Parts: sequence; structure tokens; C-alpha cells
Amino acid sequence: MEIDPFIFRLSIFVLSIFIGYYVVWSVTPSLHTPLMSVTNAISSVIIVGAIIAGLAGNSDTIFNTSSIFGFLAISLAAINIFGGFLVTQRMLAMYKKKKKDK
Amino acid sequence: MLSANISAISYLISGILFILALRGLSSPETSRQGNLFGILGMIIAITVTFLSIGNFSTGFVVVLIFLLIGGLIGAFIAYKIPMTAMPELVAGFHSLVGLAAVFVAIAAFLNPDAFNLGSPGNIKLGSLIEMSIGAAVGAITFSGSIIAFLKLQGIMSGSPITFKGQHPLNAFILISIIIITYLLCSTQSSNLFWILLAISFLIGFLLIIPIGGADMPVVISMLNSYSGWAAAGIGFTLENTALIITGALVGSSGAILSYIMCKGMNRSFFNVILGGFGATEQSSSSQDKEQRPVKSGNADDAAFLMKNASSVIIVPGYGMAVAQAQHALREMVDTLKKNDIKVSYAIHPVAGRMPGHMNVLLAEANVPYDEVFELEEINNDFANADVAFVIGANDVTNPVAKTDPQSPIYGMPVLDVEKCKSVLFVKRSLSPGYAGIDNDLFYKENTLMLFADAKKMTEDITKNL
Repeated sequence: MEIDPFIFRLSIFVLSIFIGYYVVWSVTPSLHTPLMSVTNAISSVIIVGAIIAGLAGNSDTIFNTSSIFGFLAISLAAINIFGGFLVTQRMLAMYKKKKKDK
Repeated sequence: MLSANISAISYLISGILFILALRGLSSPETSRQGNLFGILGMIIAITVTFLSIGNFSTGFVVVLIFLLIGGLIGAFIAYKIPMTAMPELVAGFHSLVGLAAVFVAIAAFLNPDAFNLGSPGNIKLGSLIEMSIGAAVGAITFSGSIIAFLKLQGIMSGSPITFKGQHPLNAFILISIIIITYLLCSTQSSNLFWILLAISFLIGFLLIIPIGGADMPVVISMLNSYSGWAAAGIGFTLENTALIITGALVGSSGAILSYIMCKGMNRSFFNVILGGFGATEQSSSSQDKEQRPVKSGNADDAAFLMKNASSVIIVPGYGMAVAQAQHALREMVDTLKKNDIKVSYAIHPVAGRMPGHMNVLLAEANVPYDEVFELEEINNDFANADVAFVIGANDVTNPVAKTDPQSPIYGMPVLDVEKCKSVLFVKRSLSPGYAGIDNDLFYKENTLMLFADAKKMTEDITKNL
């Protein structure tokens, strides 16, 4: 009998939870705020779904109900992607070590 | 047009880059590179999506326009936002992830052909289940985060909103979500889909209103986790590896943060979620202790104590963020260091309104991160320090947590501030903290209360040093 492709995706999902578990425990507590902002940014990879929805129409029906939801989702996710990565970058740039002379 | 296999492998690569982005955060040195990995992963995912659809007609231009609008708004916010507003920003971003998940689910429900999921009214069962889960969790994330945002922003009162029958109502709604999902999957009725969304929005709202302002670190972490599970649900629908991996990463990340925050308050997750903390606990302690004498001082006294110290530990809390005192604090510390006084910072896990909140503010004020310590690292040093300077923190320093089993915060890990030779406590008044309990520290022999705005007091001390 053939294995349902769903099982493969489920395997990826479960293994990723384990990876996430170990990787996140190794994050230093002082970087927990950047951790939240960067997880925000990467979870907005949901934009791929929005793009598929947005491009689903033919050239004469670019705007149908489904694609409009797609377009809106693209903007929402894009706010998060740009905002999330940039604000993380801005925060991380502030973390500095003590100057050597002290 | 890209072959399905190549795009699947590319999505896997972006998933791995996202893992590396989180991995980089294990130390500040590697974190910036990690963030670049994250950006690269996102660029790959988006580019591959465009290439695999291969439709570069007018629709493509429209997509780019929407992408650009969102991107500009996001970039603008990222550069303008003050660091003290980070909790609100993160809550706001969570709500957007949630809403985006809902919109994608709606788009997929209305036009399943575009996603290879079947046709309207005849969507593959598995996809419909995944879609419903993604949509419901997304909706909960959205409305929950909006409430969290309003509470953090101060638009909505931070005090818990409770009413009779709250828990039975929530339980009833959660059960109906499951029943409606089941009916939706058996009938494919679009009405049920909209009802599912509506009650999911409602439950997200109801779940967060009973939770008080100071429990926000848990709430934000929890919503962070939800946004991940929503993304994973949509990832299963779209059969997209990048989205599944990311959803799992973000989901477990938020869950771990919630766990750390709960442990920092010695409360169970369910205790926080069921809410209402602080509203009920204000019983015996307030009357009999009110009369106890406190020593209060001014900036001059504080400066004198610190000048004669050889080591000082700073304990910042949410009050520092409110008063925007982090820069003034750093200036005070610079002056102390010029007098050869050793200064370090002690951060409690739940100080502030989100995980790591204090660390970011201190970093913003140019405090080197190797002077900043977590509770376990520094707690033994209080006994050897001359002065503890508590600025904007309260409950996390309360010795009652160690001594009084009757206290609602008994068992919560606290900073052993009282072991210092002397304690300087900057606070506006003697009012209790959010837990509604009196802080024994105020009445200790070696405590000097400095009643003032945190920023102003710190500046005055610097002048007197």
C-alpha cells in the first residue's frame, strides 16, 4: 500500500517541532524580544499562499473575491516581513559588548 | 515555470535558513548573521513562488504593488517605533499573521482550484480540515492579539475583565468550534465556514480580556505560538514545506517562551489563561501593614550611599520602561563607573511586558550586554553587593515569595535584593504591585525609599554624585 503524502508532511512537521524545541532553548534569554520579532517575520512566509491566491485569476478577472483576499493577505504579510526583519536588525545592532579598555 | 520538485527543494532550503535564523540568536555575536539568513530564506520562498506560478502578466504587477505597500508600511513602522513600545508592536504583528492566515484560508476556500484542492463545494476532505484549523487558529490569534495590543497600548484598561459564567461560555464556544468544523467538513457548506470564522474571532477576544496587564509576557508568548500553529495549518493546506517548518518552529518557540514566563511567576499555564489574577487576591495584607514605618530619602542620600559603595546591582522593571529612564540610568552608571564602582544589572525573567523586554531597553541605552545578568547568574551576588538600586521593579523583589506560604506569589523565584547592605527603591508611592500585595522590602531596616519619577530621580542622583 502506498503511503499518503500527508504522512510525509506530518513527519516534517513533527521533526521541525523537535528542532524548534532544541533551537529555542539555546536562545539566550537576553535575546527573547528579537526572537519574538523574528519569528513574527518568518511566520509571514504565509505570503506564499497569498501570492498563489492573488495570481489565480486570468488576465481579465484579476480581481475576484478570492484574489482580493489574497492581495490583502499579501499586504498584511509584507508589513510583517519587512517590519519584523528590520526591527529585529535594529534591535540586534544595539547589543554591544563592553569596550576592551574597561 | 519551475518544476514542482525544484520548488519543493527550494522551500526546504528556506525552511533550513529559518532554522539557522533562530539558531543565530544563541548569542548576540551570531544573531545579526542569523537575521540575514532569515531574510535570505524569505527572498527564496517568495521568488520560488513567483517562478513556479510563472504568471508575469497584469496580476503579477498587482501583487507587487500590494507587496510594496505592505513593505513600505512595515519598514516605516520598524524605523519609527520606540524600543519601549516593542510589546505593542509584537502584539500588533501577531494579529497581522493571524489575519493573513484567515485571508489565505478564505481565498483557498473560495477558489480551491488555484491551490489544487478540488473545486468549490467539493474540496478534498484533508485540505478542508487543515484549512479550517488554520483559519480558526488564525482568527483566534488575530482577535486575541488585538486585545493584547489595546491593553498594552493603554487604550483598554490593563485590569482583568471577568464576568459570571465566563469559563462555561468559553468552553461552550470551544466545543462548538469543534462541532462546526466537523459539520463543515461533512457538508462543505460555506455558511458554516463563515460561522466558524466568526466564533473563532469571538473566542480569541473572550480568552484574552480576563488576563491582566502584567500577565502580558505569557499572553504575547502564547499568541506567538498560536500564530505559528495557524501558519502550519495553512502550510498543510498548501502542501508547502517552508510554511510547515516555519509554523512548527514558531509554534514551539512561543510555547517555550510561555513556559519560561509561567515559571518566572511560579504559576501554571492554565492559571494564567483562566485569568483574573490580581482582582481577587487583595484580602488581608493591606490593612495591618499599612502603618509600618518606612525610611524615605532623596537623591542626595542615594548619591551618598552609592558613592561609598564598591559594588552596585541595578534591578530594572516595567516602571523603568514607563518612565523611559533607561538612558538616564546608563548615565548614572557611567558616573559610578568613573568612581571605580562595579555595576551590574539583574534581570528577572518576567520583568517588563514581554520576554527580554528589559534587555532590549538596556541595549538601546548602550549598556553592554555582558554587564546584564539573568536571575540565576546574579542572585548569589546580592549578598556581597553594597547597594541594590531597584528601578521600576516591585513584585520580583518581594521577599514574601520566600517566607510567607499564604502569599499569592509564594514560590515565585525572586531576586534576593534584601541581602544587599542597602537597598535603594525608586517608586512613585507605597502602592502595591500588580499582584496586589505589599512588598516587605519597603519596611526593611536597610531599605531607603526614593519616592519620585524614575527618570527624574536617576538624573538627580547623577547630579549629586
